[in-house]
Amino acid sequence: MIPPAYGPEVASGLWVYLEQEAGRLEGVALELLGRGRELAAQKGTALTGLLPGHQVQDAARVAIAHGADHVLVADHPLLAAYSTEAWTEIAARLILERKPETLLLGATPNGRDLAGRLAVRLRTGLTADCTGLAWEEGTGLLLGEVTGFGGGVMASIKCAHHRPQMATVRPGIFPLPPPDPRRAGTIEEVSVALSPEALKAEVLRRVRQEGVDITRARVIVAGGRGVKGDFTPLTELARLLGGEVGASRVACDLGWIGRDRQIGQTGFVTRPWLALVCGISGATQFTVGIKDAEQIVAINSDPDAPIFEDADLCVMDDLFPVLEALIAELQRGTP
Amino acid sequence: MRPLDTVVCVKVVPKPEEVSVDPETRTLDRARARSELNPPDMNAIEMALALRERHGGTVSLLSMGPPFAAPYLQVGLAMGADSAYLLSDRAFAGADTLATSYTLAKGIEKIGGWDLILCGEESSDGATGQVPQGIAEWLGASQITFATSLAVRADGRLVGEREIRGGHEVIAVPLPAVVSVKLGVNEPRFMDMERRHSAAPVTVWGAGDLGVDPAWLGFEGSPTAVGAVWQARTRERRREFLEGTPQEKGRLLAERLRALLAL
Ligand SMILES: Cc1cc2nc3c(=O)[nH]c(=O)nc-3n(C[C@H](O)[C@H](O)[C@H](O)COP(=O)(O)OP(=O)(O)OC[C@H]3O[C@@H](n4cnc5c(N)ncnc54)[C@H](O)[C@@H]3O)c2cc1C
Ligand SMILES: Nc1ncnc2c1ncn2[C@@H]1O[C@H](COP(=O)(O)O)[C@@H](O)[C@H]1O
Repeated sequence: MIPPAYGPEVASGLWVYLEQEAGRLEGVALELLGRGRELAAQKGTALTGLLPGHQVQDAARVAIAHGADHVLVADHPLLAAYSTEAWTEIAARLILERKPETLLLGATPNGRDLAGRLAVRLRTGLTADCTGLAWEEGTGLLLGEVTGFGGGVMASIKCAHHRPQMATVRPGIFPLPPPDPRRAGTIEEVSVALSPEALKAEVLRRVRQEGVDITRARVIVAGGRGVKGDFTPLTELARLLGGEVGASRVACDLGWIGRDRQIGQTGFVTRPWLALVCGISGATQFTVGIKDAEQIVAINSDPDAPIFEDADLCVMDDLFPVLEALIAELQRGTP
Repeated sequence: MRPLDTVVCVKVVPKPEEVSVDPETRTLDRARARSELNPPDMNAIEMALALRERHGGTVSLLSMGPPFAAPYLQVGLAMGADSAYLLSDRAFAGADTLATSYTLAKGIEKIGGWDLILCGEESSDGATGQVPQGIAEWLGASQITFATSLAVRADGRLVGEREIRGGHEVIAVPLPAVVSVKLGVNEPRFMDMERRHSAAPVTVWGAGDLGVDPAWLGFEGSPTAVGAVWQARTRERRREFLEGTPQEKGRLLAERLRALLAL
């Protein structure tokens, strides 16, 4: 076995990595605090947030309101933007010093960038992109539920002898915990020794659209090539249903709508309660992104469109007049 | 700019849709599944070949897997790669990301003289997306994950555009570097049939060739273990068709949605 940096005998506590951007915590960090709170209570242990960044005091308080007992703040001007080196360095030092039993991270691009590097530096196991977390009965080990083979196969993974047991968790799996501004918790500033030379990466440009997170939408109205560039009726329908607009890759490639709404293998995996799929053929690269929807409605003019195989309610017709009638009817309100 | 020597890590994976879970033994049934090169690894090969066209240098392929992976590496050679290495040994079997990244890093060290390692963003079977970062750590190299494009700047730094949540960023890192490439960022070229016949053979290395600690390999070297395996619940969809004129269908749909969403 690859010798662990430390083992179960000396390890204790549950840590959540608090990913933030410009001082705002990522949704998945809050989701992990919610689930982490439950897991910590089951173990009778404390929940600690690990928060590297610059000017993140407010975020630390938000973390406490969402379930953290203790927040370790590593604040430094060189931590204004995420970098692999600085984050790995800080996280590894604190972990080796304090020896948590478990470390959870959000499976965002940067969360995965960090987790993969950190796990090897700590010589420990990492369960990636979990869709569920629980303590194993008897052993108390963390069981990470993962999917593989394009989502067809599921498995539970555990890490017996190496600590911390690490897992990244897919955004949108756990509900957002309601904040309690009166919750008590402690904030601890840890020292950060970083020289500019230690940072290998230089950020040249950064583009982020704030706002939509379709992984958490309860209703998604998705459009593809069949909407012919006009997302207006879909946007109106999404508004009426209290949902978000999503899109196939083709619709995004054609520039009709932003990438942040792309569903599927190269987009987001969503799990809405209802997905209304308009003018999308239903290629598997798309459908993997909605397969966990409770209800799927498909509108498509082609009787042979594969999307009808994957839908609960099927409307075989031109989407425009159907949506027009649907929207008019919904606008009229309950009869 | 001096020439760029690149190693592309490629994995041979079963086609995801052909793998199932045996309901009795609760183990994976891959016997009937055909294999393929992991799709984003194809994009990584294409990216490496395109960089070689600009900067010169070499492209080597590296895979850890059973002997049947060799013909898939030959496909990569026929696409234009210069050499291919297969790490194949019973001792490698059952490796998780820690042991896999360690073994691949040892293979890369044995190939030697590299500037850049390209990987796919994740493998379709394990789907962890952690091996590239692991390789970077073992080798002490910089890393760019989830890259959509790459270029080498005049000062020798590697510039990559990468995905971040809700957007993208462009970062520059010093070489040597490990990069994971997003699925679908380019069109992998077809193989050249002429090359298919003239290409160099695949070099196969076992554990003994790598100078590794056997206890750090495969199942034994892996901190994580699979507890249980089961088939994902596939929802049976009702496939109920609404009938009528478009207007009637729209109204029917409104009724159904009201009931579903309790509007
Ligand atoms: C490696 C890889 C990764 C990919 N990742 C993704 C991904 O993440 N997400 C994704 O979506 N795709 C992805 N794709 C692409 C995917 O395979 C399909 O090409 C894509 O989903 C098709 O988009 P579409 O259904 O909008 O367009 P099309 O396939 O062109 O379908 C348009 C549909 O609209 C219907 N239509 C046209 N006009 C009307 C009308 N007036 N009324 C009603 N219906 C109408 C047509 O009948 C047709 O079924 C990927 C492909 C590859 C190779
Ligand atoms: N056994 C392997 N042989 C070669 N490359 C691999 C292997 N496993 C993973 N990789 C590389 O690492 C990438 C990410 O894989 P993973 O971390 O397993 O999802 C893949 O796309 C490959 O480029």
